Amino acid sequence: MNLAAAANENLASISNVLIYSAMAVYTLAFGAHMAEWVLGSRSKVGRTAAALTEKPEGRAAPAPASAPAPAVQVTGRGGTTVLERPQVVTRGPAGGRDVPDGPGAAGGDEGGDLYGRIAVSLTTLAFLLHAGGVLTRALSVERAPWGNMYEFSTAFSMVVVGSYLALLLAKKPVRWLGLPLVTTVLLDLGLAVSVLYTESDQLVPALDSYWLWIHVSCAIISGGVFYLGAVGTVLFLFRDRYEAKLAAPGGKRPGAFADSVLSRLPAAATLDKFAYRVNALVFPLWTFTIIAGAIWAEAAWGRYWGWDPKEVWSFITWVAYAGYLHARATAGWKGRKAAYIALIAFACFLFNYYGVNIFVTGKHSYAGV
Amino acid sequence: MAETTKNAAANADARSDPDGRSDPDGRAGAEPGLGAAGSQLSTAPDESAPLPGLGVIGWARWFWRQLTSMRVALLLLLLLSLGAIPGSLIPQTGIDPMAVEQFRADNETLAAVYDKLGLFHVYSSVWFSAIYILLFVSLIGCIVPRTWQFAGQLRGRPPAGPSRLARLPAYTTWRTAATPEEVLGAAHRTLRRRRFRARLGGDTAAAEKGYLREAGNLVFHIALIVLLLAFAAGSLWKAEGGKLIVKGDGFTNTLPQYDDFRAASLYDTDQLTPFGFRLDDFEATFERGGPQKGTPRTFRADVTHWNGADGAERKASIEVNHPLEVDGTKVYLIGYGYAPVVTVKDGQGDVAYQGPVPFLPQDTNNTSVGVVKVPDARDKDGKKTQLGFQGRFLPTFALDEVRGPHSTFPALDYPVLSINAFMGSLGVDSGIPQNVYQLDTRKMKQFKENGDLFRKFLRPGETVQLPDGQGSLSFDGVEEWASFQISSQPGKGWALGGAVAALLGLAASLFIQRRRIWVRARPAADGSGTVVEMAALGRSESPRLPEELAELAVALRETAPPAPEPDDTADGADGSDGAPEGAQDEAAARYAAGDAARGTAAEDTADDDTADDDTADEDTADEDTVPEGTPAAGTAEETAAGEPAGDDRENPDPAGPSEGERA
Ligand code: HEM
Repeated sequence: MNLAAAANENLASISNVLIYSAMAVYTLAFGAHMAEWVLGSRSKVGRTAAALTEKPEGRAAPAPASAPAPAVQVTGRGGTTVLERPQVVTRGPAGGRDVPDGPGAAGGDEGGDLYGRIAVSLTTLAFLLHAGGVLTRALSVERAPWGNMYEFSTAFSMVVVGSYLALLLAKKPVRWLGLPLVTTVLLDLGLAVSVLYTESDQLVPALDSYWLWIHVSCAIISGGVFYLGAVGTVLFLFRDRYEAKLAAPGGKRPGAFADSVLSRLPAAATLDKFAYRVNALVFPLWTFTIIAGAIWAEAAWGRYWGWDPKEVWSFITWVAYAGYLHARATAGWKGRKAAYIALIAFACFLFNYYGVNIFVTGKHSYAGV
Repeated sequence: MAETTKNAAANADARSDPDGRSDPDGRAGAEPGLGAAGSQLSTAPDESAPLPGLGVIGWARWFWRQLTSMRVALLLLLLLSLGAIPGSLIPQTGIDPMAVEQFRADNETLAAVYDKLGLFHVYSSVWFSAIYILLFVSLIGCIVPRTWQFAGQLRGRPPAGPSRLARLPAYTTWRTAATPEEVLGAAHRTLRRRRFRARLGGDTAAAEKGYLREAGNLVFHIALIVLLLAFAAGSLWKAEGGKLIVKGDGFTNTLPQYDDFRAASLYDTDQLTPFGFRLDDFEATFERGGPQKGTPRTFRADVTHWNGADGAERKASIEVNHPLEVDGTKVYLIGYGYAPVVTVKDGQGDVAYQGPVPFLPQDTNNTSVGVVKVPDARDKDGKKTQLGFQGRFLPTFALDEVRGPHSTFPALDYPVLSINAFMGSLGVDSGIPQNVYQLDTRKMKQFKENGDLFRKFLRPGETVQLPDGQGSLSFDGVEEWASFQISSQPGKGWALGGAVAALLGLAASLFIQRRRIWVRARPAADGSGTVVEMAALGRSESPRLPEELAELAVALRETAPPAPEPDDTADGADGSDGAPEGAQDEAAARYAAGDAARGTAAEDTADDDTADDDTADEDTADEDTVPEGTPAAGTAEETAAGEPAGDDRENPDPAGPSEGERA
């Protein structure tokens, strides 16, 4: 009877308290991010609009000399004298807009920047509480904490925040992700605790397998990182339109609000690249998730692929992301079109998770929605 | 300025091969403007399909080219995912035939339409097959030439550098006292040590690395074909059957023993693996409390199995995630239930039936239904007759006014069997196969008692007498049964191998950067020392590329330590090329102005060296419109030395002027 060991209710309620506390702290982080954006809107430092409108003629008709002007990057390698440091001249991709990244949410405003830092610290704290909640949940049920939709949702947003913090820790300039992430993580957790909540409990025998650890954890990580990519893609689309408007001489100008927000984001090219890297990085993991699922299905149901709705939607998601990667190597499909495919692919992922679990019955419909 | 522009346009014209495909070296994917240096960095197909020539062959070639183009591959991919959707929303015969029947009953008109479109079996429908077959034809049509090309690239040598290395995405230069030969020799060694394929030619060492990217990409696409073939083989030679076994009974793997058996079109039933097994014990446990009370926790079937007709017996247990495998045939545990053991005596008092009767569970608490058919009985007058019982078995009996008798827990806590009894003809002699779980009561009369239908509840050990002395039924006890799926599906190993190869190929293709490095050493024009130039070009712009170049430069500087520039006014040793210095100065200025944010930020967001496809090959125009210090000879030399870059898959219209040129 050890499998059916009664769930440790004490730990389970600790887990709930931790998740609620995490939500409270995420809310504070949300407030701090808002303060960062609001304060930053006062600042006029290094705005793209200014940068772009100063030399509109250079953009509409780039003079050969000002065309892809190289940027200098100095890469030092353990040299002691200046001479030992090779100066490498790099050239950016030509043909694109030569737009610098925006200054970030704080827009160079010191107060805004302070709030931004506070927001990141709060997010870190909330993440620790969040992770603690997931961990205690796992301990309370003595198994992987992703046996139902509640657990899947909490683990999913934990991965999202975790990857974001990991990027920050690796000194990647991704603080622009902060506000959208914290907002959606709050929504996700809210949905989890209110609609999807299931008492912590054991799993049905079909789910009692080490493949649960492998397959589902990979699915959660893939989803969380795909989500980062999707946020990057959405912001890319906005920012790209914004840059296009600015670049079009005599065209429609962006509204004041759009200008204030979008000018602080990284350049469209940077966002696009971010989204691509993130998506390309996890695509093999998603591929592995499906392979692991097939192996598990073979062991559990006697066939590795049976066009069960969950399998179908994993396949659709996979093909859509493959389409995205393909599109980026296809003439006439780069940029916005590829970005739309990436968003469709992520929508497929979401549908596979929420839609299929709730609206479609199949072999994957397991206990406690 | 106008001059240069015209010049550039003419140049672009000269370089654009009207038919990229006819290019014998297959330099599809070349980096335009760099001549041979940028060619063959990839084997992606050419996108600039020319208009079809005259005649059938011209059209056929055009069609084939379209089919094997990236664009059509992409459209087919998107179509494939679109086409897969209906199968997940509409019930499928192959997955849940009952649901299909239900759907047909509920929506007759819609079902007719669905039938026409094959929507009840999407994944084997004509149109779905058409999509993936076209996609795989396209894939093969794409892979074959690409593999060929790639093999050629492997045999070939890294191409010579462009005349002006400074134009490449990453560049560095310095002056040294070492001789050009020393520098080149050291460069060659260093590059080799770092596993570049390198060669020396004239004043330049050319090197290339990262072929694994292309190889990975090809492996990935080929593995997809292997996967598809394995899947197809699996579906064509697959066989699976079901068998319900009551505890204590056995099974031998021959056709008549199956309850149901489905074999794919090419399966030969003589191939059934000879083996057998017996169900010794079955254990099921359930959650006893909490909100998920009644949820199954363990299912385990303990079996004894043997190979061949009478091989040695072995014990094993089969669980939900742990099938038993015998010579490629797998035995899965898929269901379980209860089999009440009954004894039926007829009107003469003779035992007409005895044994367990499997009942089918209907709900999560294992309320089960089943029938007892007694084909050989005599009535109280001694005449031949048949008896039939409809039963409901409730493992944990409860009674309430709303639900009537029902089960409240799946385990055998308080088992009760309820029966209705019939007499007459079971209809089993007609020769038409019958469902063993249903009673055909059309030719039977239901027993009545005091005007009411005869219905009794029995606890184990109890016996009920039928009215009019027509016999009796005893509920002796309860056995368990388990149902198994016995399946063999060839090609599983291939499918797994294909999947793993696809995964590895994909990783190589996405994470490995294909890049070229050139090191050039020439005596300085003013005679003092040697000018070293290094440049790198990647398949795509990667933040790692400049870093790698810098690392190499540091390594090379051990042999060729930088010497101070003779004096500041010296305009670069390389008389034919003022660009490096110019570029550097300008870059420095821009850097100081804080305008280089894009370059550095892009670098920072890189969390891996994933290759990006925003390659530098979009700048056809810009390449040739850098006027400073570019003597006419430079351009001429390049046009002569660099073969025409036939392809530009980034630029849909390579012959047309690009934005810069139009200006
Ligand atoms: C069965 C359907 C296909 C799938 C699932 C698929 C998937 C992919 C994926 C995920 C990539 C990205 C990997 C990378 O960037 O290296 C890729 C790249 C590529 N695919 Fe496919 N592909 C399919 C069919 C095709 C076909 C029919 C062609 C030929 C027209 C093709 C040609 C290419 C090429 C040339 C690349 C490399 C692009 C580059 O160099 O960046 N693929 N494919």
